Amino acid sequence: MWTAVLIITSLAVGFGLLLGYAAVRFKVEEDPVVDQIDRILPQTQCGQCGYPGCRPYAEAIASGEADINQCPPGGETVILALADLLGRDPKPLNEEHGEHKEKRVAVIREAECIGCTLCIQACPVDCIIGAAKQMHTVIEEECTGCELCLPPCPVDCIDMVPVKTELSEWTWPFPEEEATAETGDEAKEAAS
Amino acid sequence: MTRKLHHFHGGLHLEFHKSMSMAAAVERAPLPKELVLPLHQHIGEPAEPVVAVGDTVLKGQRIARATDYVSAPVHASTSGRVVAIEERPVPHPSGLSAPCIVIESDGEDRWCERRPVADYRKLDPSALRNRIRDAGIVGMGGAGFPSHIKLNPAQDHAIETLILNGAECEPYITCDARLMQERPREIIDGLKIMRHALHARQCLIGIEDNKPEAIAALREALTAEESTFIEICVIPTIYPAGGEKQLIKVLTGREIPRNSLPASMGIVCHNVGTAAAVYRAIVHGEPLVSRFVTVTGEACEQPRNLEVAIGTPVATLLDAAACRREAMAELILGGPMMGFQLPGEDVPVVKTSNCILALPQDHRRNGQPVMPCIRCGACADVCPACLLPQQLYWYSHARDMDRVQDHYLFDCIECGCCAYVCPSHIPLVHYFRFAKTEIWAREREKKKADLARRRHEFRLERLEREKREKEERQRRKKELLKQKQAGKDGEEDAKKAAIEAAMQRVRARREEQHAAAKNAAEPGAETPSTVETGRKQEEHGE
Repeated sequence: MWTAVLIITSLAVGFGLLLGYAAVRFKVEEDPVVDQIDRILPQTQCGQCGYPGCRPYAEAIASGEADINQCPPGGETVILALADLLGRDPKPLNEEHGEHKEKRVAVIREAECIGCTLCIQACPVDCIIGAAKQMHTVIEEECTGCELCLPPCPVDCIDMVPVKTELSEWTWPFPEEEATAETGDEAKEAAS
Repeated sequence: MTRKLHHFHGGLHLEFHKSMSMAAAVERAPLPKELVLPLHQHIGEPAEPVVAVGDTVLKGQRIARATDYVSAPVHASTSGRVVAIEERPVPHPSGLSAPCIVIESDGEDRWCERRPVADYRKLDPSALRNRIRDAGIVGMGGAGFPSHIKLNPAQDHAIETLILNGAECEPYITCDARLMQERPREIIDGLKIMRHALHARQCLIGIEDNKPEAIAALREALTAEESTFIEICVIPTIYPAGGEKQLIKVLTGREIPRNSLPASMGIVCHNVGTAAAVYRAIVHGEPLVSRFVTVTGEACEQPRNLEVAIGTPVATLLDAAACRREAMAELILGGPMMGFQLPGEDVPVVKTSNCILALPQDHRRNGQPVMPCIRCGACADVCPACLLPQQLYWYSHARDMDRVQDHYLFDCIECGCCAYVCPSHIPLVHYFRFAKTEIWAREREKKKADLARRRHEFRLERLEREKREKEERQRRKKELLKQKQAGKDGEEDAKKAAIEAAMQRVRARREEQHAAAKNAAEPGAETPSTVETGRKQEEHGE
């Protein structure tokens, strides 16, 4: 009997040590859920969700503090992806935080810019270049369209301009509209 | 000797409607007043204009240069004047505009100086490729991949077989068949030039058996030639035998692994039209400025093939084929299976346009409603790429872009067989095109988001650093101030101490003096002098 006890005890101690070592050796540094959520968010850094940037919002979602439908730039796609990731039911975008708009970028009317640098300080991705009393301009490719530069501008010289679709970036429309419209008509005909 | 032929999976026997445009000989299309030449008629980077508005140009003159290795130049397709370089509608399913060079024709159609090669066999393959690149030749079967790249074998893959694709499997289209019938010599000579560039051992020309005239013409040209390395292979007419991978499978029995090119297996495949264009570029020094285009469809009274200057508007060609516009319900560029609807008649013919199809009614579904998928599997039976279209449809419909890629969406050649046989009339290929472009769009967005995240993180780091630096500066300033303060205090203490010491000395002396005065009243005459010396000492001390 003592042999059995000895074997079981040594096994328990052995596995315990192994698990303890693994816990130290393969320790996961940060909560990976936050990273996963952050990867889904559009990184507009606009703050419309009520948090100062996408990462804080991701942390809030992960801790259960915020809901998944507070990101207007991400729209339905982001809500669906988050619902899929977190195993929750998708819900419509919370209108309190704004509505989903087509992608736009900020353009400064350069003739009117007085060079106050306020927009430069507001830009969350540092994509406005200029200096005090020098004209400013937006690097279009890097603008996220967050609109955070609009309120600080004292002369209202920033426009939000829709992004022109390039031929190479054009996407085929989803075919369902066509299909449902026709089946809908068909159903109506059948009903009448 | 007849070659043993193989079969690819699936495929369809279709109504080909080819005879309607096959009858008439090819004629030159009328030259329009204005030619519109898009800068992006090929796969790769768009060309860059080298002419300015107002310049006079001659036919064959280069008007836009290639900007990259994967790019192709554009040449003026007639003589005239450049009247605009601006965005014009181009033949694309989006109906969007793209930069074009607009040439107003002077009606003379005058060539620029042509530099033919006397004997291509004396030319180095790389010089030959440069000539082909400078002639702006791209794949004329529809893809538009710059041909000089496909004629440049990689170091580690010697090219064994060069295949010329004359299958032309789509219904209605006959421009390649007509080309083979009318200009077999050009095709064979072009093939020989390509073989020289590639050092290929054998050359195969694959033609479907529904083009007997083309086969006869090529055979005749070949008997005069006595080339032992060229073989004409007549293959059964099954759509889509003209797909590159399908044709290779039929002719050689080999399958190209996914995500790899035929060149990795020692095979290169070119269109017969490309071979003819290579011949004209090398032997006549003519760049690619015109091509054969089929103008057909039930709405055309005189369906035919035309030799069209690149940049000619579609409307001109429809007029040449006597198209009844009131009968036309759909205008398609390409064939009925793989083509797309044109947004208007003002778009130009480009290097890759092979057919203009004016149809009287919705040919795809014949007006039938779309019904739910019943998972009959008919689509999987006909898919030449051995995919599961019903699964692809399922995931595309659900916008599940990961799963749809797991089912090899990008191996789909968009041949349209699945949509053709679908009993529920689901526009399957439309779903697959949507999914493909949507995946690319998401990838682009992801890249942009990553960039924005990096920039935002950098900004936060910068703000943090600046804050730290400011604090550091302030701390240092404070310290410096304190040090100064401490220094001043020290000095004052020393002064105070000195004064104190002096005062103590004085006090001590005074006490001494008092004591001395008390002790000895007799030597009083001396006392004032000691007080004076004491004062002097004090002054000195200060």
